Amino acid sequence: MNTPLRRVGLAMLTMVVLLLANATYIQIIKADDYRKDPRNQRVLLEEYSRERGKILAGDNVLATVQGTNDRLRYLRQYTNGPLYAPVTGFYSQRYGASGLERAEDEILNGSDDRLFVRRLSDLITGRDPRGGNIELTISPATQQAAYAAMDKQGFAGSVVALNPKTGEILAMVSTPSYDPNPLAAHDGKAQEKAWLAYRDDPRKPVLNRAIAETYAPGSTFKLVVAATAIEDGKNKDDQVTATDKIAVGASELRNYNRGFCNGSQSTVSMETALALSCNTAFAQLAHDVGAKKLGAMSAMLGIGEADLKVPMSVVQSCIGPSADNGCLRVVDENALYQSGIGQRDVRLTPLQNAEIVATIANGGERMKPQLVKTILAPDLSEIARFDEDSLGRAMSRSTAEQLRDMMIQSEAKTGGDGKTNGLSIASKTGTAETGNDPKNTPPFAWYVAFAPADDPKIAVAVVVESRDVAATGGKLSATIGRATINAFLAGGS
Amino acid sequence: MGSPVQGAVGLAAGQSSVGPDGAAPTRRGTELLLLGFAAFVVSAALMLVEANQEQQLTLRIVWYGLAFLALFGGAHVAVRKFAPYADPLILPCVAVLNGLGLVMIYRIDLAMTERALRLGREINNDVPRQILWTTISLLLFLAVLIVIKDHRKLTKYAYTFGLVGLILLALPAFLPSFIAPTINGAKIWLRVGPISIQPGEFAKILLLTFFAGFLVSKRDLFMAAGRRVLGVDLPRARDLGPILFAWGVSVGVLVFQKDLGTSLLFFGTILVMLYVATERGVWVAVGMVLFVGGAIVAYQLFGHVQQRVANWIDPLATYDDPGGGFQIAQGLFGLGTGGVGGTGLGAGRPDLVPLANTDFIPAAIGEELGFIGLAALLMVYTVLALRGMRSALAVRDTFGKLLGGGLSFLLIMQVFVVVGGVTKLIPMTGLTAPFLSYGGSSLLANYILVALLLRISDAARRPQTGVRPRPVPQAPIAEAHTVMVQRPDPERPA
Repeated sequence: MNTPLRRVGLAMLTMVVLLLANATYIQIIKADDYRKDPRNQRVLLEEYSRERGKILAGDNVLATVQGTNDRLRYLRQYTNGPLYAPVTGFYSQRYGASGLERAEDEILNGSDDRLFVRRLSDLITGRDPRGGNIELTISPATQQAAYAAMDKQGFAGSVVALNPKTGEILAMVSTPSYDPNPLAAHDGKAQEKAWLAYRDDPRKPVLNRAIAETYAPGSTFKLVVAATAIEDGKNKDDQVTATDKIAVGASELRNYNRGFCNGSQSTVSMETALALSCNTAFAQLAHDVGAKKLGAMSAMLGIGEADLKVPMSVVQSCIGPSADNGCLRVVDENALYQSGIGQRDVRLTPLQNAEIVATIANGGERMKPQLVKTILAPDLSEIARFDEDSLGRAMSRSTAEQLRDMMIQSEAKTGGDGKTNGLSIASKTGTAETGNDPKNTPPFAWYVAFAPADDPKIAVAVVVESRDVAATGGKLSATIGRATINAFLAGGS
Repeated sequence: MGSPVQGAVGLAAGQSSVGPDGAAPTRRGTELLLLGFAAFVVSAALMLVEANQEQQLTLRIVWYGLAFLALFGGAHVAVRKFAPYADPLILPCVAVLNGLGLVMIYRIDLAMTERALRLGREINNDVPRQILWTTISLLLFLAVLIVIKDHRKLTKYAYTFGLVGLILLALPAFLPSFIAPTINGAKIWLRVGPISIQPGEFAKILLLTFFAGFLVSKRDLFMAAGRRVLGVDLPRARDLGPILFAWGVSVGVLVFQKDLGTSLLFFGTILVMLYVATERGVWVAVGMVLFVGGAIVAYQLFGHVQQRVANWIDPLATYDDPGGGFQIAQGLFGLGTGGVGGTGLGAGRPDLVPLANTDFIPAAIGEELGFIGLAALLMVYTVLALRGMRSALAVRDTFGKLLGGGLSFLLIMQVFVVVGGVTKLIPMTGLTAPFLSYGGSSLLANYILVALLLRISDAARRPQTGVRPRPVPQAPIAEAHTVMVQRPDPERPA
């Protein structure tokens, strides 16, 4: 009887070997397929249950986590959610992530290679891996002032403030905003309710207008035209036309006051033309320098850049139709006249417009805009620090200085509140026509500026999607822009 | 544990009866040492769960570990007293399996409690019941060791066991559903008040015992050859009775109770016992033919069998079907996520798999302990079953050989069906993993199985008192030097 017993023993061993071989196949060879199957919730749950890193700005904690007793273990929390929502974005199990939560996800969830050594030590010490922290360039006081100024009047629009010397983003405001907290709730119903409410709101609160929306820049684009003309050999004191109208195809391009730009003079200096925002002068200037040079200057200032990341992706700003690679090509002569006053196909993000004034403020050298100052390990030790990054010279220093002087004159002609003694601001306003019936559609009111004019510390771009048909940039946006500048300069940095 | 005296006595007894052909130590010390190691492993596993689940780490774990050791220490003392020569590895293997099962059930309880709290449902923990079942099982284990002093006595009651086994097996199918409800598609339960039992679990062992006794008593009949066809000795038609009986029972279980697992297990084990008893491979062939025939008929007749086969071929394709591959796919996701090293005990999501603490407990272990853990677990089962097999080889009586071999095979066959089903090697049939899974009946039955294996191994290693070992032929003193010369054994062909 022992022989068959031995054979049965052998059969038993064979069964175990079969099981082991199959387990090897499932757990080693096919493991990745099973792990990554979209129906496998484990990886997602694992990521969402990690102790996510904080988002910091100065002494303020913009996003943190709170321990919970449920299966996701940590609840993402945003202090002052709506104020910082355009920066932080949201982090939702059901609806994904946006903003920095998405752009810096690998740091925040701890899977970034730079956190590898710490992950390894976590593995050995048996600690749950934790995410790294992100410290931002945002100045909380500036962000707060800009947001309050917009929110107080219920404006839809955006404010972007840059440090012109370094490219650091000091404020990034988009209104109306939303609270990202309910989207991060562990209760799926609460998430869904908030998501539907935000999505269906016609005022588009989740849209980050600072970097994900483009607006016709209107008269603020005259700075680009002026920069092109000066680089082309003109001087701010050179005379330019002040005529009342220019024929553009079948229609006419007129000044804001419908007449001659400055009384009855047929010409004015370029400086005066900018201060008075003469449309005919800059339409003619744009026509005279030509589409090629205007396109080249635009490109040097960052327009047409398709893959800018701050680290969130910034949508492309254009002077031509964005289709068919035409972003930097003005289609024809008529379009060129209209482009000279920032209309037709010219569309800029508020960040792009802020970059233009920041470049002028920085003596013509464009700095890469960035939002992340340092990456910190879970224990707050520094892992990486972002240095200022020059993107090259867009114009000569003297061109930048002439533009600055022109903008100081422009500021003198601009109304609105917030002017302070002893502070010299260089600015330009703009009122961009919108829609198919521009005379009856509320315009976009722009204000771009930097201060102090002789030693610029902050550059801002403000755009308000005005509700008032008669509004001009000066009345609405200048007040907000100056409030932002004053808050930053009062902060002592 | 007043065991030092016991041990000394046992050891002394062992030594006193050592024959001239070699010592036969009881090895109870080894068993105790290994039980201590098992308690350590289980405590460490519990500690990992607590740490990963962020429960407070307290001295409680030490107490749990000691309580576990005390429980199996009791079993050890019983073995020392009632089966002193039993195999020293069997009980520690059982202890580590049962202990890890408890840890895993506790771990899934934690996840389920959290889920219940979140959804506002009633909290229903399984681990206290399983601890109770473990205690009762160990008491039953003790009772079996005490009552059955000699496994050969069982042959006297073989037919009784067979009848009782058959009744137990058939009972749920023929009782009204208020007392024999259909759970998870199978009608194999009896519910008496708060207690649910699966009589089939006990029936397996009873029927096995019956078959061992029956085959031993009729062995000569089956050895006789029938007609020779193509060089193969076919069995006589009238000798086909037992295998047809086993086949009939299996098909009955399948048809009336929709329990694929038990059906497969029962038929496979009987087949193996028939082969061992007759030493004729042709029985395996006959069995295979019957099995394939039965399987084809079952596939044609039953929708649930077809569904299981479809789920086996591609669980991801039938993922969303009712009764489809969702469960197997979730198990595979868990196994895949675990990978080689696993997520760590308490750090995975085994609760995402339905029935994680019963049929799918191998998936939970594969997820949290990885391939390494699952392989180690299979090794423990292998050691357990092979020690049983070894005892069957060593025991002197044919009934012991047959019963020991059958029980050992039954154990590994269960593991094969469960783990193979979970890992998609074979279609899922729905069985519990011995000693690991939650479930009182399975645990009780498997402890009876182990008690019987220990009894057989005790008989195998116990020095034969009364019967003197055959004297080795001694050469005369004068020719002593010639003993040094090695001669070829004339009886053994070179």
